[in-house]
Amino acid sequence: MAVPILKQGPFLIASIQSALTDTDVLQLRDDVMAQVTRHRSRGIIVDVTSLDVMDSFVSRSLQGIARMTRLRGAETVIVGIQPEVAFAMVQLGMSFEDVQTALDLEEGLALLEAGFGGT
Amino acid sequence: MADPTADPSPDARDDLLRELVAHLRNNRTELRQDWARRIGEAQLLTALTEEEIFSEATSVYDNYVEVLETGSVEALRGYARNLSERIIPRGVETDEVLGIVLLLRDVLSRSLFKKYPDDIFRVLDVYEPAANRIANTVAINFVTERERVIRQQQEAIRELSTPVLQVRERLLILPIIGVLDGQRARQLTEQLLRGIRTNRARVVVIDITGVPAIDSTVANHLVQTVDASRLMGASVIITGLSSEIAQTLVTLGVDLSKVNAVGDLQGGIEEAERLLGYTVISGAVTSEKAEDRG
Repeated sequence: MAVPILKQGPFLIASIQSALTDTDVLQLRDDVMAQVTRHRSRGIIVDVTSLDVMDSFVSRSLQGIARMTRLRGAETVIVGIQPEVAFAMVQLGMSFEDVQTALDLEEGLALLEAGFGGT
Repeated sequence: MADPTADPSPDARDDLLRELVAHLRNNRTELRQDWARRIGEAQLLTALTEEEIFSEATSVYDNYVEVLETGSVEALRGYARNLSERIIPRGVETDEVLGIVLLLRDVLSRSLFKKYPDDIFRVLDVYEPAANRIANTVAINFVTERERVIRQQQEAIRELSTPVLQVRERLLILPIIGVLDGQRARQLTEQLLRGIRTNRARVVVIDITGVPAIDSTVANHLVQTVDASRLMGASVIITGLSSEIAQTLVTLGVDLSKVNAVGDLQGGIEEAERLLGYTVISGAVTSEKAEDRG
């Protein structure tokens, strides 16, 4: 299932609705890069609230997206990581060192606005 | 004298049992006193007063004789559970409870043997199985009750051990008191992460002033908790790391570079307020300033 990407002012919101296959993840990456280029977005929020499980491929791909968008001048914030998912990720050694995270969509938007909205 | 090997007919047994019960009933006062005296001599049930011992002794005695008579331990089971419930909080130990039941058995068999010196084996046949069953029932109920109390307390300790408290909008505090073992650390993580979500926390202060020691597993677990909290958008401040723990952690080589540590809880809360953008101003000082200006 493709992930819808919404444009909200200078930011993009990708809200993951259900478990992703590897193809979906790669599709999401391509879509995000295309949209960032088209809208000249300054921030991307990836909402993973509905994911109960986050495997290493998904985590690594999200990290990849964050790094790629940064090269296009857009900061990525991952929001809505569930408690169980968070701890499982840390135990697997995927602690998203260089990726911004926030509690939920609202927090993520606030974070982006505080960092980039004014400039 | 009766032949000890002869199998007495059931009727004869019943008759004898009835006689024994009648004897124990008739000598109730005397035997009960004898028993209470021997409990005192053996220094059992020291947690109870003499009157309490005597009144419990009376109930146990009556229950005991009833079990001998009816052969059913149902009523005794209920009583034993009730008794255990009352005396466990007073600090009565298992050996004491077993001791008094065995003493009563001793007192009663002495009395019975004295009364039927020629029939010892038959008395034994009738009396012993019932007496053993009684001792068994009382002991089992006492131990079961104790285990229930212990389970209940463990549950209570588990629930109390990791409170997650909100001090300010978006600021949580986790005071940890006592030894952190693997299980408690896991529970702490679980409660903290859940607390972050429900309270929408942005900063969490974990205070480990009350933790005497920490091992490398728990330390690594703490570091993982800090990372997981960050994934949920909350920063963690650890306060109250004692110098011993600090030394242990450095010696063990736990990577604490990502952990934001502050000396004491006060400092931790101040740091958290700074992160959240709060400024605390004393009311007295501001009003003084206002007066100066006025």
